Amino acid sequence: MRARTQRLIMVGVAAIVLAGAIGLALFALRDAIVLFYSPTEVAASPPAIGERIRIGGLVEDGSVELPSSGGARFTVTDGAATIRVSYAGSLPDLFREGQGIVAEGAFVSPELFEASTVLAKHDETYMPPEVEEALRESGVWQGDEDE
Amino acid sequence: MISELGHFLITLGLTLSVLQLVSGWLAAGNPTGMAAAIARRSSYSALAGVAVAFVLLITLFLQSDFSVAYVANHSHVDKPLFYKIAATWGGHEGSMLLWCLLLVGVGAALSRFALKDDPALRIRAVSIQGGLQLLFLGFLVFASNPFMRELDVPVSGAGLNPILQDPALAIHPPTLYIGYVGLSAAFSLAVAGLIEGRGGRAIAAALRPWALVAWTALTAGISLGAWWAYYELGWGGWWFWDPVENASFMPWLIAAALIHSAIATEKSGNFAGWTAFLAIIAFSMSTLGAFLVRSGVLTSVHAFALDPERGLWILAIMTILAGGGLSLFAFRSQLLGQGDGFALTSREAFIGANNLLLTVVAGTVLIGTLYPLLATALGATGISVGAAYFNLAATPLLAALLILLPLAPFLPWKKNGLNRSLALRASVWILPGVVAGVWAGWIGGSPVAIAAAALAGWTLAGLAADLWQHRTVALASAKAGLAARILAHAGVVAIALGAVADSTGEPETVATLATGERMNVGEYQLELTGVRRADGANYLADEARLDVEPGGELRPQRRFYAAADTTTREVSIRSGLDGDLYVSLGEPRARDDGEIAYEIRASFNPMVWLLGLGAFLIVLGGLAASVSRALDQTGRGDPS
Repeated sequence: MRARTQRLIMVGVAAIVLAGAIGLALFALRDAIVLFYSPTEVAASPPAIGERIRIGGLVEDGSVELPSSGGARFTVTDGAATIRVSYAGSLPDLFREGQGIVAEGAFVSPELFEASTVLAKHDETYMPPEVEEALRESGVWQGDEDE
Repeated sequence: MISELGHFLITLGLTLSVLQLVSGWLAAGNPTGMAAAIARRSSYSALAGVAVAFVLLITLFLQSDFSVAYVANHSHVDKPLFYKIAATWGGHEGSMLLWCLLLVGVGAALSRFALKDDPALRIRAVSIQGGLQLLFLGFLVFASNPFMRELDVPVSGAGLNPILQDPALAIHPPTLYIGYVGLSAAFSLAVAGLIEGRGGRAIAAALRPWALVAWTALTAGISLGAWWAYYELGWGGWWFWDPVENASFMPWLIAAALIHSAIATEKSGNFAGWTAFLAIIAFSMSTLGAFLVRSGVLTSVHAFALDPERGLWILAIMTILAGGGLSLFAFRSQLLGQGDGFALTSREAFIGANNLLLTVVAGTVLIGTLYPLLATALGATGISVGAAYFNLAATPLLAALLILLPLAPFLPWKKNGLNRSLALRASVWILPGVVAGVWAGWIGGSPVAIAAAALAGWTLAGLAADLWQHRTVALASAKAGLAARILAHAGVVAIALGAVADSTGEPETVATLATGERMNVGEYQLELTGVRRADGANYLADEARLDVEPGGELRPQRRFYAAADTTTREVSIRSGLDGDLYVSLGEPRARDDGEIAYEIRASFNPMVWLLGLGAFLIVLGGLAASVSRALDQTGRGDPS
C-alpha cells in the first residue's frame, strides 16, 4: 500500500470513530437530560406523572416526618409554592429543615413527588444554583444582604 | 504578626515571579548569562517565600488564630491536631495557596533539573512558568488571600466541615494538586519549545518525564478521592460522573494521551504538533477543573461554598492559558517538523488510535459536563445530565481501547506489523477471553459483565504474552519500561472489571431495625444486637453493633459534630474476595409502642477490591515509567 492510501485509511477510521462518538453522545444525551422545576413552576405547569425531573427548594420547617417503617416525607418550598416529597432511601447527612436541597425523581400523583435521590451538600453554607435562582424569583432569597 | 508576614511573603512571591518572567525572557539570547542567573534565583526565592507562607498558615491553624478570617471559618478549638493541619488546605484560599506553592515548586524544579543540555529552552520554560506563577499568585493575593484579618474575632471558630475530617481527605487534595499543577511543567516546556522553534522531538523528550510524574500523582489523587467518597460519604458509590469528578477525569485522560503520544514523537518525530497541543490542553483542563470546582456554575454533589467572582478570575486565567497557548501553537507549529511517517499497522498508528479514543472520551465527558452551562446560555435553565449519558457514551470507546491495547507492544515502529504470525499469536488470546466470558455467564452475569470479562481475558492474555516475549530485554531502562507497560495496563483492566462488577451489584437495602431484629442483604443476614455511645474528641456518636451471618460483626456509627451542627455517618465495611458488605447507620425513629428503631442501609458491592488494585497498579506503572525514563537518560547513547 502506498503511504498516501494508508494515510487516507487512517483519516477515514478517525472520522468514523469521531462521527460514531458524536452520534452516541447525542443519543445518550437525549435520555439523560433531566429538567429542574421549582415549586412555583410545578404549580404553574405540572410535569407529567412519571416524568423524571429534578425539583429543589428549602426544606420547610416542621415538615419532616420519619415514619418508623423507614424513609422520610418532607415538604420543599420556595416561599410561594410547596411540593410534598416522599423518599424511601436514607436521607443525606446534611439534610436539615431550612436547608436547600435538590431531589431527583418523578411525581407519582399530582400531590406527591417520589424522590429516588436527595442531594444535600458537603458544605453547610452551600446553596444549589437552581434553588438559589428559584428562591430569588419567588422573593424569598436574602442571601446577598446577609453577606 | 504571622498573618502580616504571610501576606508579605505571598506578595513577594508574586513580585519574584514577575522578575522570573522578565529576566528569563531577556535571558533567551544568552542562557548562561546574568539575566538567566537572576531568573533562576528568582524561582528559588519565590519557592522559599511561598513555602514559608504556607508553613505560617499552618502555624496560624495550630495556634487557632481566629483573627484571621480563613482560620476562623475553617478551624475550631476542639479540632484534633492532625486535622487542624489538614484544614490549612481544606478551604478555597488555603487550597489556592497550596496550588501556588506547587506551581512555584515546579518553577524551581524546572530551573534546577530540566534540560541541562539545552539551557536556552530551559530558561524560556522557567520564564513561561514565571508567567503562570504571576497569574495564580495574583489571584491568590488579590482575590483569595488566606491571610486576611477579620474585625470581630470569634471565640471558637466555625469548625471545618466534619466529613472532611478524614485521613484520606487530608492527603487527597495535595496529591491531586501535584497532578494538576505538575502538568504546568509540560505546558511551560511546550510553549517554550514553540517560541524557541525547537523540533517536536526535543519538546516531547523534555516534557515527557514531567507529564509522567504529574499523571501518576493525578491517578493517585483521583483514586484517593473515589475511595473517600466510598467509605466516608456513605453513599455506597465511588464515582458519580459528577462535575467535580469529571473535572479531574478530563485532565487525566488528556495527560494519559500525552504520555503515549510523547513516546511516539520522541521515537520518530510523528505526532509532533499533536504532542505540543495536548501539553497545552492538559494544563488548561486542570485550570478548567479548578474553575468548575470553585465557581459553582454547576450543581455538584461535591459542591463547596461558592463564589462566582472567583470563578470569573479562574475563567479569565484559563482563557489566557488556552487562548495564548493555542494561538502560539497555530502560528508556530510548522516549526515542529514533520515526522518520519508511519504505516497503517505500526506502533505509531496504534498510539494514534489510543490518543484518538482517549481524547474523544475526554471530549464526550466535557460535552456532558458543560452541557447544562451551554443550555443555560441558550436560554434553557435547570438542565442536568445524568450518569446514564456518561456510561453510554464513554463505555464503547473505553472497550475499543482495551481491544487494541495488547496488540500494540508487538508492532514495530514505523513499519507495518500486523502480519500472519501476529494474527496467529493473537488468536490464542481469544481463548482466555471466551473462557472468562463463559465463566461470567455461568455465574449469572449480565451481558455487560460477560463482555467485560471476555475483554479482560483477551487483554490480560495479550499482556502476559508481551511479558513473555520481552522477558529477555537486557537494558535496565527497557526492563523498567516493560514493567511500566504491564503494570499500568493491567491496572486499567482491573479498574474496568471492578467498575462493571460494581455496576452489576444489587441496589442497597434500607430497613429500620430495633434491637434483636434482622434483615437480609444478598447471602448475608444482619442482626442488630445493640446500639451504644461512642463519643470522640469533638463529636457525639451512636454505634450500632450488627451480627453478620455467616461470621463477623459490623459497627457503623452516626456522629454529631456540635461545632458544625452536622451529622455524619461512618460506614462499616467487611471486605472479602467476592466483595464488600457495606453498612451505614441512619436516624433513629420512635415506633408507636415507644420502641426505638434505627435505619440501617446495607448493600453488597461485588469485587470492589479490583478498583483499589487497579489504581495501585496504574500508580506503580507510572512510577516504573518514570524510573525507566531516568535510567534511559543516564544511559544516553546506548542503542535502544
